[in-house]
Amino acid sequence: MTATLAQKIMARACGRESVTVGDVVTAQVDLAMIHDSGGPRRVEPILKELGVGLFDPAKVVLISDHFVPGDTDEGARILDLTRAWAREKGVRFHDGVGICHVVLPESGALRPGMLAVGGDSHSPTGGAFGAYMFGIGATEMAGVLATGEIWVRVPGTILIEWRGRLSPGVMAKDMMLALCGRLGMDGGKYQAVEYTGEAIAALSMQERMTMANMAAELGGQTGLIAPDAETARFLHGTGADVTGWQQDWAWLRTDPGATLQEHHVFDAAALPPQVAAPHSPANAMPAAEAEGTAVNVAYIGACTGAKYDDLAAAASILKGRKAAPGVEILVAPSSKRDQDRAAEHGTLGVLEEAGARLLPNACGICAGYGAHRLGADVTCISSTARNFKGRMGDPESKVWLGSPLTVAASAVTGRITDPREVTT
Amino acid sequence: MSGQARRIWLFGDDIDTDQLAPGRYMRGGIEELAAHCLEAARPDFAAGVRPGDILVAGKNFGMGSSREQAAEALRHLGLAGVVARSFAGIFYRNAINLGLPVLTAPDLSSVADGDRATLDTRAGVLRLTEKGADIRTEPIPENLRGIIADGGLVPHLKKRFAETP
Ligand code: SF4
Repeated sequence: MTATLAQKIMARACGRESVTVGDVVTAQVDLAMIHDSGGPRRVEPILKELGVGLFDPAKVVLISDHFVPGDTDEGARILDLTRAWAREKGVRFHDGVGICHVVLPESGALRPGMLAVGGDSHSPTGGAFGAYMFGIGATEMAGVLATGEIWVRVPGTILIEWRGRLSPGVMAKDMMLALCGRLGMDGGKYQAVEYTGEAIAALSMQERMTMANMAAELGGQTGLIAPDAETARFLHGTGADVTGWQQDWAWLRTDPGATLQEHHVFDAAALPPQVAAPHSPANAMPAAEAEGTAVNVAYIGACTGAKYDDLAAAASILKGRKAAPGVEILVAPSSKRDQDRAAEHGTLGVLEEAGARLLPNACGICAGYGAHRLGADVTCISSTARNFKGRMGDPESKVWLGSPLTVAASAVTGRITDPREVTT
Repeated sequence: MSGQARRIWLFGDDIDTDQLAPGRYMRGGIEELAAHCLEAARPDFAAGVRPGDILVAGKNFGMGSSREQAAEALRHLGLAGVVARSFAGIFYRNAINLGLPVLTAPDLSSVADGDRATLDTRAGVLRLTEKGADIRTEPIPENLRGIIADGGLVPHLKKRFAETP
């Protein structure tokens, strides 16, 4: 019997030989990730009401990112509560060191083949590691923390194949914006989106995380990439023992001939840099078509767009250049680890010399929090995942999405710019 | 659930959770969030909606963030339920878990804003009382009926923990 990667993980998680698409199964959860916003402050009252503790503290990871740095009374109170809960429950806790979807794999806690849930909609990011990870709300998370189980409808697989290689100046983010434009924000139909093809195999782990992360924007339940040598290399870097990964992970792929719900093929080599106009990632178009749109904030941030690879991409454009007059560059590196790496490699220095202002390793503006929320008169080009009306501040603010290269190029010219026009 | 006819509030496609529960009011608690629910799409909604009213929407209702305040705000406003062409997956799960009835119907083209209707969530029928038309919704998966019947996930789990000592 042939099966998809999603079916295989699901079958293992519910202790069956195989599962059929459409079956509703009860799966055992290998890992549950929560953050300060949807985590302790919302799950603990429910756990109290149920009168139970955690199903297994060793399988729970708590990360503070939404209210960091706690510069409001409310934020500080929530962080205090989060810290106290972590101590009391004895869960793994990463406090103020970055955004959950980036910190979780960095910590080595996420492994291929896991069935994992996260209390955040971008939890499909974990799919980059060949784990079936998806986002759930706080009440459902409380249920998982209490029981270690979750119901899942075995998903069909929407296979998205990227043939060829990306051209210089084009990134994972461009592929995702193009997909949002082509398939729409419900193109994933709450099924398993799986990415394959030469262009995907060639991506770094952090670029793959961008692909998986934005499966959320496609409306998929998760966004999978079968693990390979690059996955092993990344996990090895986190201190994980990956000897024998070839054998251990051999089952983690969609069998040739497995039944797919949809199969889309795209040509990576022909893809130009993309932007998405306000107020939807589905408003995608080639960046060249939006040229001339003036911007006054360039934001490099979020789990989607400020990992080390994103910072390095932005720096490749900003090296020796400055922000155009009237443009503010804001950079919120996704994690402390990536920020430290960027500092070490001189990347951070390049960004700062170009005039970038450094913000905390947290969700910040992307979640509509903090002092830098966008005002009514702002037009922002942003490396984040979604540009819904009012999300990042005032409902009148306008947010365009683009890759970190496009954000950097636009910062230099003061208008939306195809990064290939700013030669490096 | 049936009984007196109520007003239908009609929305389009892709209503996102940032509109349902705007991030900038997240700190104020459910009262404040509900007061600003959907204001970007329809400033008159939160103040005009009455308990028992019905929300009808297009495809992919509730897309975006996993914040369940999006469903909570609608429940807080007293909506009898949401009928949409399709729902975003996380919102759908959250709504069931919080006891907000969510029903899918592929064709809602006969519904107009302000129509009077009754919603029988058990039978899955939206009845347009003035137009004399019944819209049948898709059946709810078997395993979810237990959660809905118990009024949401928390009461459902309470029952389960009470049964297994
Ligand atoms: S950075 Fe933005 S998209 Fe990522 S977890 Fe935080 S709020 Fe969500």
